[in-house]
Amino acid sequence: MTTSNRAKALDAATARTTQGVKPLPEPQPSPTQALPEVPLVVIEPKRSSLALDLREIWAHRELLYFLMWRDVKVRYKQTALGVAWVVLQPLLMMIIFTLFFGKLAGIQSGLDGRVPYPLFAYAGLLPWTFFSSAVGLSGNSLVNSASLVTKVYFPRLILPLAAVGAVLLDLAISSCVLAAMMAYWRVGVSANLLMLPVLVLLLTALALGAGTLLSALNVKYRDIRIALPFALQIWLFASPIIYPTSMLPERWRWVMALNPMTGVIEGFRAALYGRDGFDWPSLAVSAAVALALLACAAFTFKRMEKGFADIV
Amino acid sequence: MRPIIKAEGVSKQYRIGAKKEQFPTFRDALAGAARAPLRWALAAKRAAPPTFWALKEVGFEVTPGEVVGIVGRNGAGKSTLLKVLSRITEPTEGRIELYGRMSSLLEVGTGFHPELTGRENVFLNGAILGMKRAELASKFDEIVAFAEIEKFIDTPVKHYSSGMYVRLAFAVAAHIDPEILVVDEVLAVGDMAFQQKCLNKMQDAGAQGRTVLFVSHNMPAVARLCRRVILISAGRIVCDGPSHEVIDQYLGSNLGSSAERKWDDLRAAPGDEVVRLAGVRVCDEAGVTRESVDIRRPVGVEMSYEVLEPGQVLVPNYHLYNEEGVCVCVVQDLSPEARRSPRERGRYVSTLWVPPNFLAEGRLVVTAAVTTYLPMNVHVFERDAVSFRVVDSLDGDSARGDYAGPLPGVVRPIFDWTTRRVRP
Repeated sequence: MTTSNRAKALDAATARTTQGVKPLPEPQPSPTQALPEVPLVVIEPKRSSLALDLREIWAHRELLYFLMWRDVKVRYKQTALGVAWVVLQPLLMMIIFTLFFGKLAGIQSGLDGRVPYPLFAYAGLLPWTFFSSAVGLSGNSLVNSASLVTKVYFPRLILPLAAVGAVLLDLAISSCVLAAMMAYWRVGVSANLLMLPVLVLLLTALALGAGTLLSALNVKYRDIRIALPFALQIWLFASPIIYPTSMLPERWRWVMALNPMTGVIEGFRAALYGRDGFDWPSLAVSAAVALALLACAAFTFKRMEKGFADIV
Repeated sequence: MRPIIKAEGVSKQYRIGAKKEQFPTFRDALAGAARAPLRWALAAKRAAPPTFWALKEVGFEVTPGEVVGIVGRNGAGKSTLLKVLSRITEPTEGRIELYGRMSSLLEVGTGFHPELTGRENVFLNGAILGMKRAELASKFDEIVAFAEIEKFIDTPVKHYSSGMYVRLAFAVAAHIDPEILVVDEVLAVGDMAFQQKCLNKMQDAGAQGRTVLFVSHNMPAVARLCRRVILISAGRIVCDGPSHEVIDQYLGSNLGSSAERKWDDLRAAPGDEVVRLAGVRVCDEAGVTRESVDIRRPVGVEMSYEVLEPGQVLVPNYHLYNEEGVCVCVVQDLSPEARRSPRERGRYVSTLWVPPNFLAEGRLVVTAAVTTYLPMNVHVFERDAVSFRVVDSLDGDSARGDYAGPLPGVVRPIFDWTTRRVRP
């Protein structure tokens, strides 16, 4: 077929398949558009800059908000108890721990016996539940959102951030339960309570660091997905949640303090029930680990980020 | 006029086999050293280069208000180009400058969550596509009206029919308002009437001075929407110019693998001294050439050929391959005329009729052949002679019934069923 014939045939085909489509308008140089002098976006191979695009994340803050909101909304959809699960999970854990460790194993709560074991356990479970769900969710966030990563551009860091953010709400809700229980057992608070926001910040930083680091590694090594639940399980027993640090012989306590969660959990208890000061050295360990984790996560994430869409 | 998109020397390199080694594990990484000799041996056997360029030295400029079509066969690099442009993946080399806000639409309904209601998904999907909340709120009624699902807007989308789902997803996408819009083959969804509506919406976008890059296999749509078309083959720009010229070249060349191929010069046509191919095309019952056919209609694959040497029993046959390269079937002319009687000289036309409700939806690539048996002799064997698309329309009367999700299988027949009650 000659060129013009083909063009005609194509025209005919066009007419058939696009019936009802308006005729093509003349191209209009848009009058409203004055092009900027410098490009808004330059796409080129990145010179592995380590700077996090915090400005990009800020520009996408609404997306961050919507993803958090989605996680919160979806988590307990089509469950009969709905948001009650947020409260029930640590509460059930507390009851189980109280029965098995408090009653059967006879673990004392420390704190001079001023605080009943359930409260003691709950104050440990509160940060721990947050930490383990935040790390679990954000660690899997990139892999679970593969369809987003391969189809839309946005700063990838938003995904682990949103996952951690969504769990913060759970922490707030379960804190209210703690307040109710403290009122019931008539446990008073001291000025130590003022440290609580700092501790929450520290806890969030730890969860964010670990979660972000794992989320990036998870894209390449799916082992993370499988190993993570076990690691968290072991970590639970390695942290002073069920038992107080004081149960350990003096000379082994420094090992315990190497676990960044020790400082946070004992810190929570000190802030809530304590009369004496905080265990500053172990808090310092937590803070140092948190900073190191965040730095390592930022570095790893940045370095692996450009490959995400290709291998996720 | 200054360009709004400026691409220079854009290249993207992929590692071959990256897909297969998609999930490397720690164990693999650790065992890498131990297995290195083996891998080396395997690589040597495969004799394939370890990397390939999905895009090579791609450069173009687009001025504001232009609607540019990007065409090329599967695997030519169109999608990679879109992914690089939309910043989903980084180019290996080169530089692209964008002088306007860009939204890309590589898929409709990205991020839709089945548990959320239509209303919630509109906001979530809008945010994912880069719309501001205020903008979304002001356009919300318009979006819902466009999707024609006012009544179900507060129903979780998992209860939607697939048509409703797609309409809502596209409605959100159609209302994003960037200066540059990049669209992948998203019009291949939904029923015909809704597709028209979307095409119109895209035309409006162009008419309002928005810059649009549009990738599609639907040549009539490309011809209608775009004045300029870029043809990509093997990662390079082959042709860039007025749409009719480029589409013509695409369809006329081997790159096109379109529904119709012709060989005007018989001496250069596929075949031997016995028989030469003059043309192959895909048509409907009325004999009209078709790029895409409804799964519920028969498909004709017509082969015209010139018999140059009389006295041979010639059997025309086709090999049908699907998009994954799976051979769906090999079919040959079993009619007595073809099987028993030697052919006279002259021009013949043989048409295969694939019955309705046989091929699964998707793109089919046809290899056309003419063979003699006893002794076996293949006179014509033209790979990828033509291709066409089978479309399953989700109306409920094809083999997919009311199921709207992905349906595997190379064929999609409707069979008889019986169901009886054996116990009250």
